[in-house]
Amino acid sequence: MRQSPALRSLSTPILLSLLLVCFALAAVFAGSRPFNQTIIDIFLQVIFVVGLYTFVGNSGVISFGHIAFACLGGYVAAWTTIKPMLKGGAMPGLPDWLMQTEIPYWASALVAALWAALWAGIFGSVLMRLSGIAASIATFAMLAMVNSIYSNWESVTSATSSVVGIPIVRVIWPYLIAAIIAVFVAWAYSISRHGLALRAARDEPTAAAASGIDIPRARLIAFVLSGGIMGAGGALYAHSIGIVTPDTFYLGLTFTTLSMLVVGGMSTLSGAVLGVLILSTLIQVLRWLEAGVQIGTSTFALPGGVQEIALGAVMIVILMFRPTGIMGNKELNLPMAGSEKAGRQGPEPQTTNKE
Amino acid sequence: MGSLLQVVFDALALGSLYALAALGIALIFGVMRLVNFAHGDVIAFCVFALLWPSTDAVAVVFAGNLPWFLLIPLVLAVGAALSVLSELVVFRRFRRANPATMMIASFALGFVIRYFLLMLYSSRPKSISLLPALSQPIEIFGARIPLLQLITILVTIAVLFGLTAFLRRTRFGLEMRAAAENFTMARMLGVRANRVIMGAFALSGALAGAIALILGSQTGTANITMGANVMLMAFIATVIGGMGSLAGAVIAGFLLGSIATVMQVILPPDARAFRDAFVYGAVILVLIFRPQGLLSARGAKERV
Repeated sequence: MRQSPALRSLSTPILLSLLLVCFALAAVFAGSRPFNQTIIDIFLQVIFVVGLYTFVGNSGVISFGHIAFACLGGYVAAWTTIKPMLKGGAMPGLPDWLMQTEIPYWASALVAALWAALWAGIFGSVLMRLSGIAASIATFAMLAMVNSIYSNWESVTSATSSVVGIPIVRVIWPYLIAAIIAVFVAWAYSISRHGLALRAARDEPTAAAASGIDIPRARLIAFVLSGGIMGAGGALYAHSIGIVTPDTFYLGLTFTTLSMLVVGGMSTLSGAVLGVLILSTLIQVLRWLEAGVQIGTSTFALPGGVQEIALGAVMIVILMFRPTGIMGNKELNLPMAGSEKAGRQGPEPQTTNKE
Repeated sequence: MGSLLQVVFDALALGSLYALAALGIALIFGVMRLVNFAHGDVIAFCVFALLWPSTDAVAVVFAGNLPWFLLIPLVLAVGAALSVLSELVVFRRFRRANPATMMIASFALGFVIRYFLLMLYSSRPKSISLLPALSQPIEIFGARIPLLQLITILVTIAVLFGLTAFLRRTRFGLEMRAAAENFTMARMLGVRANRVIMGAFALSGALAGAIALILGSQTGTANITMGANVMLMAFIATVIGGMGSLAGAVIAGFLLGSIATVMQVILPPDARAFRDAFVYGAVILVLIFRPQGLLSARGAKERV
């Protein structure tokens, strides 16, 4: 009796979720507010990077554009949750029904996911015909377009000035739950027939096309799904700090999330999650060092700017020794009884013939 | 007539800048399939190399006071040196890595350079006066054109001719073109890989130095993020020119410069703020209709 690949790989998202729960518990026990905020930031990054992985990891096409969907989502949160009386001042151009809307934060995240997924579908139906570097540049052009529109459309986004008054959610649990949901959605997609088809197209495009896989369509499904995850992440991001500006969701965040994905290992879900956890932990440690650490009677502190330089250097060194990222092609997994190839389990292209 | 000429010169000058930057990116992409995100930071580094490290708002000009015939070679040499150094220290270890890994490594390197500058000079933009003689306007057929614009265009044309001669007439140029076309085959025929790649980095760095001079004297400020925008446009130009095709990169650079300038003129005032959105929309359109680029490099098509 063999287990189905779905069941065999189920341990991956469970292990990753447990890891996230550990981080959340650490925040609860530490009980300090800045640390709580740090952990919330980490969960948001997990959502973004897992959303990015859903498309980039499965399709092999590097996307510079996904943060645009986070931007769309962030502004949905602003449009739907700010108190109606505040909204009129900052964004007078909103339609009346939207002006009167005030919904809870979780509903705004859902609406943001749908709205971002809708736009991912519209952009994707044009862009997904491209492959390789042309596709990467086209997604970047999409990001720049969205950024340019949102930084200039005064009446509905109040241009480059920040939109304030978004209800802030300071508890850690909603973010934890959202991150876990994102992990499970990404996992479920990657073992679904669409995910398997897309990975086959990533590894052997010609053979996959010859076996009847419609590559642009397979990519589009992943694009829409990952756009939705990014949208929800963007809305939650807005709720975590209470303000949005178009430049929050631009090149900085794009490169942070991409780096975390590539350093972790872009072709696996474990790589995406561990990339965030490892790099975020590293950033946090460097920040503490920069702020100064008491060793005995003397205070040891790094000069300003060293944090970023060290981060860049560590990333280069990691990639030098592990060019496919920390996780390579392996998923975090329990060695389960009944599977004969212990090192080769998880959602890998080999399982395609199960379809 | 005068204003039309002005638009033409604006377009050509902006296009020159993009074309020079695109060349720097395409040269390296051609020989090692690396999309070099550190290029923009090399540009910024070249400008800051002229200033004495300080965190004041008014820059303490140090090497920038040299006469132009020493200043220009110095900046080009700084760019080339930094670029070659980055290949020796970082990119040499990534020969077998996939393009995504190399790209992120180059981005991380750019990050290191940027924050190194930030540590020495702080993030405040500084005003500098580099080659001040160039900012006076001159009059041609009733249009007032800054001398610098004219020089930018002339320099670009000179660089293009020089580079063409170098690539077509010298042995090293031949090796570089061979490597760009089929790297494995070129190595088998006796082209020394590391030398060619180093040459490409040196040329690319020198081009970054040239851009630094133009940008520095054009804007009169030194800013640690000043290279970023040019680099992104150059990156786009390289792709729509056909990755690895040098001629394509130059043409696309001029095309992007022209589109941006013309849109600024013909768009109705209400839509002018959204100019960039239209430019990027045009980029997507070009990619949809010619995904392999305007001039696709020979041998770029993947064989099965």
